[in-house]
Amino acid sequence: MKYVDEFRDGALAAKLAAAIAREADTGRGYAFMEFCGGHTHAISRYGITDLLPANVRMIHGPGCPVCVLPIGRIDMAIRLALARPDVTLCSYGDCLRVPASDGLSLLKAKARGANVRMVYSAADALALAQKLPEREVVFFAIGFETTTPPTALVLRQAQALGLANFSVLCNHVLTPSAILTILESPEVRELGTVPLDGFIGPAHVSTIIGSRPYAFFAEEYRKPVVIAGFEPLDVMQAIRMLIRQVNEGRAEVENEFTRAVTEEGNLKAQALVSEVFELRRRFEWRGLREVPYSALKIRAPFAKWDAEAKFGLEFVSVPDHRACECGAILRGVKTPTDCKLFGTVCTPENPMGSCMVSSEGACAAHYNYGRFRDIPVVAGTAP
Amino acid sequence: MSFAGTIRKGYVRPLDLKHGRVDLGHGAGGRAMAQLIAELFAAAFANEHLDRGDDAAVLPAPAPGERLVVATDAHVVSPLFFPGGDIGCLSVHGTVNDLAVMGARPLYLAASFILEEGFSLAELARIVSSMAHASRDAGVPVVTGDTKVVEQGKGDGVFITTTGIGALPAGRDIGGANARPGDAILVSGTLGDHGMAIMAQRESLAFDAEITSDTAALHGLVAAMLEAVPTIRVLRDPTRGGLATTLNEIASQSGVGMELDEAAIPVLPQVAAACELLGLDPLYVANEGKLIAICPAEDAERLLAAMRAHPLGERAARIGTVTADANGFVQIRTTFGGRRMVDWLSGEQLPRIC
Repeated sequence: MKYVDEFRDGALAAKLAAAIAREADTGRGYAFMEFCGGHTHAISRYGITDLLPANVRMIHGPGCPVCVLPIGRIDMAIRLALARPDVTLCSYGDCLRVPASDGLSLLKAKARGANVRMVYSAADALALAQKLPEREVVFFAIGFETTTPPTALVLRQAQALGLANFSVLCNHVLTPSAILTILESPEVRELGTVPLDGFIGPAHVSTIIGSRPYAFFAEEYRKPVVIAGFEPLDVMQAIRMLIRQVNEGRAEVENEFTRAVTEEGNLKAQALVSEVFELRRRFEWRGLREVPYSALKIRAPFAKWDAEAKFGLEFVSVPDHRACECGAILRGVKTPTDCKLFGTVCTPENPMGSCMVSSEGACAAHYNYGRFRDIPVVAGTAP
Repeated sequence: MSFAGTIRKGYVRPLDLKHGRVDLGHGAGGRAMAQLIAELFAAAFANEHLDRGDDAAVLPAPAPGERLVVATDAHVVSPLFFPGGDIGCLSVHGTVNDLAVMGARPLYLAASFILEEGFSLAELARIVSSMAHASRDAGVPVVTGDTKVVEQGKGDGVFITTTGIGALPAGRDIGGANARPGDAILVSGTLGDHGMAIMAQRESLAFDAEITSDTAALHGLVAAMLEAVPTIRVLRDPTRGGLATTLNEIASQSGVGMELDEAAIPVLPQVAAACELLGLDPLYVANEGKLIAICPAEDAERLLAAMRAHPLGERAARIGTVTADANGFVQIRTTFGGRRMVDWLSGEQLPRIC
């Protein structure tokens, strides 16, 4: 594949790995968090851990929108779809399997008669509403800053068209507030139990918000940030740049992903988002609990297309299993295998916590791609 | 296909195969059903067993020492017609391949149709004709069948279940539990073509890509492979769940691990690009005309040559090795140089693909 394979070149990766090994100071450890699920996926999918020296550790951050979506928000969608036979609830495919209360998921609600459909974009959901005027089409919108502008656009289009049978159940969340929560967590800030030497900054999110919002973390918290693309060579290069910053005592925002990210980002998209959305005072994140000013809600002029207002939906918080370590894993305090539930009752088929929900989550990525590392190879043939 | 041939020719208005539609009468057991069977199914599948018009086919016993092999496969693919095939030929290939990968010689098929009221007879005729062609090409006749009609909204046009009978020569033992550490793992060609052809065809995912389903009957290829290398231990067609899921099945049946080389796994560039776009992994996408073969390492090159000499195995490749690992882990050396697991598919990647 042209323009893709170039970023997955094994020979270049080997050279980069050698450079990283050369530059990493063997007298110390390095712990970097890749915020985005996309990076987590690339690291697991391409086996990048195998190419890093033992003293460079990657912490998988909370940047997987499906993972951090609280159960209570999915419950809202399921309750609506089950209670109102005239509602067609549509969302992205990976949302449909997320387990919610009462052993339900949107997919299981569908099996119980709810009208649930998978769509590939907000625009598909809007088109569905136009095609099915007799039905109430509700788009369950999730995602970070990358998927927010398309949702804003369909809301504006619905308003322009006067499309009365379309609405959005908005769950859009913001990257910088989540990073801040991690930096403010006691383990990182006060106790110093979690060495966190820097961040690989988001790829697609940064195309929208630009590189500027991260300057605060570099300056205030003295944490280097390198914005990187989602291809495995991008990740390797970013790790090398982070190691250099640490070695040189710098804490700056650097941009590895210059082919797509600028300092100010996409101003048109930002304007569109602020026209349609405003900040929520607080929003629950699965694994991080309540994070202030970390999510968006639909502004009053668009209230007719806000499913929460339109159908009077109430959020009820649902706690995770008591033994679930997702919060600690997201902050880098623990690894998936530290969790008692991992691989026993919590599996990709039956996820108990946020990190197991999508393949971009830390636990699911380790389960799907890396668990062979934990379990010694047993030679011989099983009965 | 009972009732076939029981209506008197010349006294019945022929089926309207242009504008007609399936109605509940076609499944009611009366004259309409007899006519549908006679004019459509019996005419298309004509063979000495079906032509008798009895409730079941009477078949000769296999040769002495041979054993019978039976497989059944239900087909619910949506859309019914896709680039490279349709539900008709797919329903023949699916069952023929299930027999072929046991090392059996496919002999006969039985077919049952669940038709939805309102389904176009013209489309049904196209499907039946494609199925008849596939059956003739494969040399495996449809010797008995059944038709039911369900009310509108209770089906999706047509569902087809086929059951196949094959003969297994004495002494032949091919099965998922036979893989041994050190064995070579081969595939017969590019992976993911069928699943991505279906995906491309679905209305919600219209993108321009020349991807055609690989649906094909594999018993000819299997015969050529077994002639060249009788020591083949495992054969399996990686349908739903793709290569990854099928290898995990074999690994767990045999109590072994596997190590694959990602760079050696053949994937068409357009399939790779479509998968990239949709966030799918071609290793988990369905195939309908490919097989996985596992044989002793010393026979691998001979087997590969035999596969490549057959039109359905031109792009065959040796993709990995069976390892001693009772955990049954399938691992892959990525093109990037790292290692990871290739796990069972969790959830479904694409629904209704076959």
